[in-house]
Amino acid sequence: MSPTELTAARQLELLASGDSSAEELVSNHLALIDSVDGSVGAFLRVDHQGALAHARAIDGRRARGERLGALAGLPVAVKDILCQTGERVTCASRMLEGFTSPYDATVVAKLRAADAVLIGRTNMDEFAMGGSTENSAFQPTRNPWDLERSPGGSSGGAAACVAARMAPLSIGTDTGGSIRQPAGLCGVVGLKPTYGRVSRFGLVAFASSLDQVGPLARTTEGAAMLLDAITGHDPFDSTSLALPPTAAAANLAKPLENLRIGVVAEHYAEGLDAEVEAAVRAAIRQYQSLGAEVVDVSLPNSKYAVATYYVIAPCEASSNLARYDGIHYGRRADESAIAAALAAERKAALDAGDQAAADAVEPALVRLYRQSRSEAFGPEVKRRIMLGAYALSAGYYDAYYLKALKVRRLIRQDFDAAFQKCDLIVGPTTAGPASKLGSFDDDPLGMYLLDLYTVSANLAGLPAMSLPCGKTKSGLPIGLHLIAPPLEEERLLRGARMYEAAAGQFVEKPACC
Amino acid sequence: MPLTRQDVEKVALLARLTLTDAEAEAMTSQLAGIVDYVDQLAQADVEGVEPMAQAVESANVFQQDEVRAGLPREFALRNAPRHSDAGYLVPAVLGD
Repeated sequence: MSPTELTAARQLELLASGDSSAEELVSNHLALIDSVDGSVGAFLRVDHQGALAHARAIDGRRARGERLGALAGLPVAVKDILCQTGERVTCASRMLEGFTSPYDATVVAKLRAADAVLIGRTNMDEFAMGGSTENSAFQPTRNPWDLERSPGGSSGGAAACVAARMAPLSIGTDTGGSIRQPAGLCGVVGLKPTYGRVSRFGLVAFASSLDQVGPLARTTEGAAMLLDAITGHDPFDSTSLALPPTAAAANLAKPLENLRIGVVAEHYAEGLDAEVEAAVRAAIRQYQSLGAEVVDVSLPNSKYAVATYYVIAPCEASSNLARYDGIHYGRRADESAIAAALAAERKAALDAGDQAAADAVEPALVRLYRQSRSEAFGPEVKRRIMLGAYALSAGYYDAYYLKALKVRRLIRQDFDAAFQKCDLIVGPTTAGPASKLGSFDDDPLGMYLLDLYTVSANLAGLPAMSLPCGKTKSGLPIGLHLIAPPLEEERLLRGARMYEAAAGQFVEKPACC
Repeated sequence: MPLTRQDVEKVALLARLTLTDAEAEAMTSQLAGIVDYVDQLAQADVEGVEPMAQAVESANVFQQDEVRAGLPREFALRNAPRHSDAGYLVPAVLGD
C-alpha cells in the first residue's frame, strides 16, 4: 500500500520509525498529484523541486539527530490566499496573476517551523468568494468522488487534494463556510477555529471580521495536529487572541463525559435533502448510544444568518478590495490606450460643442483604477464589491450595514443561550450533497443559500467543523457539522473524535485516485 | 424601492468599476434579487441591540511606539506595475 493511503498521523509514524524517508513520502505524493490532478484540478501550482529539496534537508537533519518540528517531513498543501515568501500568491484571480509575495504569512511561517513540506498551492474561488471553486479565474476543481461535480468552495482545492490523497493535510480559509462546506462535500475533516485563534497576518483579506484560517485532513487527528501547529498569539495581527497554541491532539482520544448534544429545530426545515437528514439523524443516534444526552435548542435568528452575512461580508470585501488599484501591485490596464481613449472622448464632446461633457470626462487616474479593476476581477468579485458599495452608500448604511451588525449580535446571543443548555451543536454541514458543475452559473443567490448552515459560526466567531458522516446512495459524501462555544476547539475535536471512532473513519477512497 | 440601472451605474463609479452594457444589465437584475433577499433583515427586531462589528470584542490593543525594521522599499516596489525605484508611478493627476 502506498503511504499516501495513510492518515497524517500514520505517515508521521513512518517517518519517525525510519520506515520511510521524507523524500520518499513527498515523492509518493508528487507522483499521485502528477497522475491524478490532471482530472481533479486541485492545485494551481506544485513545487516539485522545492518540496523534494526540503524533504531531503529534513531527512538529513533527522539522520544527524537534530530536533525536528511536529510535522517534520509531512507534505502540506496551502490555499493560494496565504503569503509565502518568493511564491506567487494569486487568490485564483487575474488581478494577482503576477504577484510574488515578499513575506511569509504567520501560518506559513508556523508550518515551516513545524518542518512541514509545502508541496503546492491549491485552487479556490477568486478571493475566496464562492462556494464551488468554479469562480477561479484559472480552472475549476472537480470533486474526487464525482468528477462531474463541484468540490464545494471556496477552499475546494484544499478539500479535493486531501480527499484524493494528494496531500495528507492542507490549509484552507473560512469566511462563511469555505473550509467546512468543501470538507463536507469531499468527505474530509475541516475545522474553522474561533475568530482570533489563528493569525490572519499574510492572509489576503476578504471579510476581515469573519476570515479564519484552519486545517483540513482525512481524520480528526490530522485536523487536531495541524490546528495545534498554526494557532497561537501573533503580535502582527491585532485581532489575534493572546493565548498559547492549542494542544488538541494530545487529548483527542479522551471521550467527553456527560456530553449534551444540541439539536437545532430550525435546521430541519424545507430544503434539507432527505438522505442528508437521515445521515445526520443517524449520527445523533450514534451520540446517544455513546451516552450523550440530546437537547433541543433554538436559534430563532438563524433565519437571518445568510442575509446578515451577505450584507456584512460584501461591505468588508468592497473596502478590503479597494487596495487593488493597479498602482501598488496587481494588474494595471494599458495606460497609453486609456490616454488615447480619454483624449478621443474629450475631442468628440468638444466637436459636438458640449463643453460640459468634455469637462465630465473622468481623470486618467480614475479611468486607470476602473479599467484595471474591471479587466482583472471576475463576475462574482465584481458582484460582491458592488453589493458592498451599495449597502455602504449614502441612504442605505443604516438599513443594511448597521442593521446587519445588530442582527449579528442577536445571532451570537442565540448561541450563547443555546450553549447554556448543551456542549456542542450538531447538524448538517450542507443542505445537500455536491452539486453538478455549472449549477449556479446564473444563480448567485442560489449559491449564497448554500452557506445556510455554516455562516452563523463566522458571524458569531465560534469554532466549528465538518466531518464525514456517511454517503448518499449515489456515493457522495455527507458532512456532519459541529459547533462549540468560543475557544472550545479541544471539546469540538474530542466530540468529533467520539463519533469518528464509533462510526468508522470513512477511509475508503474516491475511484479517481 | 427596487434597485435600478441608475443605482448600478452610480455604485460602479463609487466602487471604481466600469461595467459593459451587458454587465450592467445582468448586475441590475442579480443585485436586485440579492437586495430583495437581504431586505428580510427589516423584519428583525433590533430595538436596543448594539451593533456587533467584531466576533471577539476585545479592548484596544496597544504596542510599544518604537522603531522597527519594516518591509524594505525595494521589496515593497517589486510588485508594482510601474515604479521609479523610489516610488509608485501614476498618470498625471494635475493639469495636462
